[in-house]
Amino acid sequence: MQLFFQNLINALQWGSFYALIALGYSMVYGILMLFNFAHGDIFMVGAYIGFGVATGLTALAAMGALALPNWVILVLTILISMFLTSFVGMLVERIGYRPLREAPRASAAITGLMIGIILETGNLAILGAQRIRFPSLIKSTTYDLGGVFVTNKKIMIVVVSLVLMLALNEFIRRTRWGMAMRAMAFDYVVIPLMGVPLNTIASLTFALGSGLAAAAGILFAIAYPVLDPYIGIIYGWKAFVAAILGGRGSIKGACLAGFLLGFIEIFVGAYMPSTVRDLIAYSIILLILVFRPHGFFGEPHSAKLRL
Amino acid sequence: MVEKNGASSIDTPKRFVRLRQFLGDIPLLAWLFGGLISVLVETQVGDALASLLGLPKVPVLFGCVLALKHPLLLPGALAYVSVIYIATIVLVGKITARPFNLLAEKMIQWPIVIPVAIHLITLYAIMHVWSDISLYRELTLKLTLIAIMLTLSLNIINGYMGEFSCSHPGFMSLGAYGASAIMVLFFVNDRLFGKALLPEALGPFFFPIALILGGVAAALGALLIAIPSFKTRGDYLAIISLAFMFIVKSLFENLQFMGGARGIKGQPDLANLPTVFIWLVICVWVINNFVRSTMGKALNAVRDDEMAAEAMTVNTRRTKMVAFLFAAFWAGVAGGLFAHTVRFINPNTFGVQRLAEVLAMVYFGGLNSVYGSIVGAVSLNLLSEMLRPLALFKWIIIPLLLILIMIYRPTGLVAFKEFDVRKLIQPKHKSEKEV
Repeated sequence: MQLFFQNLINALQWGSFYALIALGYSMVYGILMLFNFAHGDIFMVGAYIGFGVATGLTALAAMGALALPNWVILVLTILISMFLTSFVGMLVERIGYRPLREAPRASAAITGLMIGIILETGNLAILGAQRIRFPSLIKSTTYDLGGVFVTNKKIMIVVVSLVLMLALNEFIRRTRWGMAMRAMAFDYVVIPLMGVPLNTIASLTFALGSGLAAAAGILFAIAYPVLDPYIGIIYGWKAFVAAILGGRGSIKGACLAGFLLGFIEIFVGAYMPSTVRDLIAYSIILLILVFRPHGFFGEPHSAKLRL
Repeated sequence: MVEKNGASSIDTPKRFVRLRQFLGDIPLLAWLFGGLISVLVETQVGDALASLLGLPKVPVLFGCVLALKHPLLLPGALAYVSVIYIATIVLVGKITARPFNLLAEKMIQWPIVIPVAIHLITLYAIMHVWSDISLYRELTLKLTLIAIMLTLSLNIINGYMGEFSCSHPGFMSLGAYGASAIMVLFFVNDRLFGKALLPEALGPFFFPIALILGGVAAALGALLIAIPSFKTRGDYLAIISLAFMFIVKSLFENLQFMGGARGIKGQPDLANLPTVFIWLVICVWVINNFVRSTMGKALNAVRDDEMAAEAMTVNTRRTKMVAFLFAAFWAGVAGGLFAHTVRFINPNTFGVQRLAEVLAMVYFGGLNSVYGSIVGAVSLNLLSEMLRPLALFKWIIIPLLLILIMIYRPTGLVAFKEFDVRKLIQPKHKSEKEV
């Protein structure tokens, strides 16, 4: 039983990374009907930007220029990195997707894939092949809850990601921008005729998704402080599958599927040899998709690739 | 008389029109003959010319690798390439254009098999002589030929059928593992499968069977995707096939009797150049006939408008299934050949990286066209070999190139072009007739 609860905590943490990344995929897919294959690498770039910001801020604090407690530095790191990474996302949209809006969607998927490779290689070229240690911003303390060990980092990660998901949900549901995004998801041919600027909404979508990916990157780096340029490929593709499993453009669905993927992976890893983890995770996803072709909350739609 | 015609055109730059007219009357066979002469010249005087131009050895891949490593040798490499290849081919082609045109005129009336065989034999002779100079050339050439098969088979799904399939590395690994397991089990003394069961001399005869079985294994895998995927429309296939790719990779990582994460090595060295070439010819021939058949046209109809196709009595589900399995079969065969060329496979060989590579080749070359697949596979393969000295920056230059291609030609370089053998080998008398 203790083992079960321990794994539950781990799975919540693990799933929140997937959920945050999957949100970015899901929004772009829901609104622009594109596979943003560069998103996993934006997650990686976000983690690296977070590394830069965190190192800078801790250096400033150490020099005495900036007398702030550690948790403020952490919050600042997350906010600044989200802000900076959202520009990376907008740039990706501007270069890779906007010129191809009239082209077959598959071509846009290819540019996304290629931008992803450029981001990875650029990172390797700039920072070299050695792995990078993320500075530890908060001291790890462990609480013992009746045999189940919870660190404050894990609680922080889960809480921050839940707060971000709720914030996104509120943004989409309550603000005018969010309404415009929902309208665009409904029909992106007619809605621009009603005076909603398609380009602005597209940029906003990418910016939001990238910001969330950056947050995921930093949280990931706090939990697993060793970064390398290929984390984007490993986790990005899985989160992509989770996003689709959640249903087209569904925020709820993406979160739910992200957490589900996290649960499957952690529990398979706990009770079975860890090599079969991917096999079982993907098989379960495949089975769900066979019986629910449009994911958890998706509706049937005729999204034929335009070629 | 050529110049006069060149002046009449306003749209295109004058130089290119002149060049096109200058080269336009050379039939394919004369080009191939020129190529043959040039590679023969290279074997005879290549070393002498290279040392004359100050190059350490014969430039292996058109001097690109050499020039990138030592920029000072660039003029020498350029001179070498232009003398050996460009000048010789154009000169020989131009001189022999007239007799070969007469020959082509005769040949076009014979049964199509004979002229095609003549062309293919000449083409093979060029490749053989060219790749004889170094092992590196031979390996690059074999991998390029295999890449053409892969690209072509993915083009059936992504181009002709208009779906987005991500499972090609999976099919490839099914074929590669299937063929390797059979060949290693029967003909090699191996730590994994024990002693060889049959004498090694029988290997070449069993090799085609093993490849076909590998292809069948891939097609069976494809059936698993096809049954659920083609019930509904939309991006469904993309996701299912992606999941399938990861499942296959993970499966082979866990199958200890197939070598697990360490893979299979020591496949018999049976995929030599003629074998690969023959398989490629069969593959291009069969796929080209498939896409030009009623079934292929039905496939295009399904892509353009599934409902209209259904109304026109096309059995859409069956058409899609057959095309998908067919493509998977060829991907499996290509995987088997690949395994026997590099003679080492492990599950990581067939990961996301391979997927990006194959997709890039398809979309670079052009959708819905056999020419396009050939162009895409050859150019990206050669490019990535030629830019090897740039190390990391290779992976910035090639993706940038692809992004530019996608922006300016979203369906690829040579998309929607039919591959017509008769058109290809016909005599080229146009410029004389016009005058």
